[in-house]
Amino acid sequence: MADQREPTVIADNAHVVYRIYGSAAAGSNTPLASFKRIVTGKKSGAVREVHAVKGVSFVAYKGEAIGLIGTNGSGKSTLLRAIAGLLPVERGGGIFAAGQPSLLGVNAALMNDLSGERNVELGCLAMGMTPAQVKEQAPGIIEFSGINERGDFSSLPMKTYSSGMAARLRFSIAAAKKHDVLLIDEALATGDAKFRKRSEQRVRDLRKEAGTVFLVSHSEQSIRDTCERTIWLESGVIRADGTTDDVLKEYETYVSK
Amino acid sequence: MAQTAVADSDTGPSLTELARSHGLTKAGRLPRLPEYTRHLWSYRHFIAAFANAKVSASLGSTKLGVVWQLLTPLINAGVYYLIFGVLINTKQDVDNFIAYLCAGVFIFGFTQSVVQAGSQSITANIALIRALHFPRASLPIAVSLVEVRNMLASMVVLIAIVLLTGEPITVQWLLLIPALIFQTIFNTGLALFVSRLISKVTDIRQLIPYILRIWMYGSAVLYPVTFFAERIDGWQLALVESNPMLIYIELVRHALMENVELATPAPWLWVQAAIWTVLVGFGGYVYFWRGEKGYGRG
Repeated sequence: MADQREPTVIADNAHVVYRIYGSAAAGSNTPLASFKRIVTGKKSGAVREVHAVKGVSFVAYKGEAIGLIGTNGSGKSTLLRAIAGLLPVERGGGIFAAGQPSLLGVNAALMNDLSGERNVELGCLAMGMTPAQVKEQAPGIIEFSGINERGDFSSLPMKTYSSGMAARLRFSIAAAKKHDVLLIDEALATGDAKFRKRSEQRVRDLRKEAGTVFLVSHSEQSIRDTCERTIWLESGVIRADGTTDDVLKEYETYVSK
Repeated sequence: MAQTAVADSDTGPSLTELARSHGLTKAGRLPRLPEYTRHLWSYRHFIAAFANAKVSASLGSTKLGVVWQLLTPLINAGVYYLIFGVLINTKQDVDNFIAYLCAGVFIFGFTQSVVQAGSQSITANIALIRALHFPRASLPIAVSLVEVRNMLASMVVLIAIVLLTGEPITVQWLLLIPALIFQTIFNTGLALFVSRLISKVTDIRQLIPYILRIWMYGSAVLYPVTFFAERIDGWQLALVESNPMLIYIELVRHALMENVELATPAPWLWVQAAIWTVLVGFGGYVYFWRGEKGYGRG
């Protein structure tokens, strides 16, 4: 790899472990079992650890768009969250990034009891905008999301939205800001065909401004369209890292088996 | 065949060095305390908006809306008066027992609701934490702000009760303001402390109702503070009387009421209140900040 290229994200032997509460198997949560755990000092059965990313290393450079593929549960979303610094990386490894990477996901939870407008305000403030910027951007965000195409939905609580509408609003909020390192999690798969077209255009615009883009998607087409490099993650381990064509070919033979 | 880049320990240090040499920052690095505080300050609008959103979300489904902020403390005071003032007559040695009781119930209730809501502020917002970047302390601080609003409403009720029961307005009433500011800082520290503790050890949430109940009985909310001095002495009494909630309640009673018997002289109460405020306010903040990067883990 040429040295003059400027790295923006470096993962060095990164491990990510989730802790999940209350998922104990039947029978392990009886009073007797709990008492036994306390006496023997064993870890609680109600807390389970999921080792989602197991020692991932890669270097991403400025101007690259990198696709992340893998079957469901392979650790793609977790890896993105770790790059964004939202999930801690275990000791011994690390993920380094230029500036503050931003995760553009459709799962950004907002408040369902509040209107779309208030959620736009809250989401923008949570991304670090000033109230003045929020005021300036809010109409554009609502317009882009298209939730007002069928009447004045932006003043209704979000719990009245269809799942597609809610996802579109969340994407629009997240896409309203410029980012150094942009992490996109399945965002392009939401909404109808019309919205998908609009959001793909928005991602291309964001990519021009951003240093590096990571895209998690199950749609090989959107990976082919936007990324020249692809990393294939399987069970938390990198299976392949190379040009999109090569990696996708390998992935296809793996999936069709 | 694409090149494989499965992690192996030989490439480890060199990658980290490469990151260092290009000035990349480690994801999930803990910022220094002053830097964190500045960052938090820049999110003040988010904190305010989040607190407002929580209030409208919780009251939005009721017909009376904001009126509940006044009704809740009124009903609360009524229930306690019925039980402790009328049924179990504990009022014999206090001049104005209604006002005495309400001051205790409202001031304790302020801290109680901050602890209850604060205990969930991380665990209930885990999806938000995993999705967006903001200083996590925003969440417990917003909880504390919400309760400040409720507290102000209950202070209106309290002042009305105090006046209706015949207490005069004096200059001493101004002491209410610093007392409530102290308690608000104390509460915020407590909310920060509890929210980190419970995000680590979820089991403690089950104990919170009991801890709060013991704390309430130990804070002379429902009976006169002299009750303790009549029954215990020595270190036990000293322990009970250094209880921060007892101190804050005493300060408010002292500010609003004439002829109220205090456990310790007022100046000493103020010193103790100041110590608790700084200790819990700052301590809770530092404790929360130390865990900043782990909250996304759940």
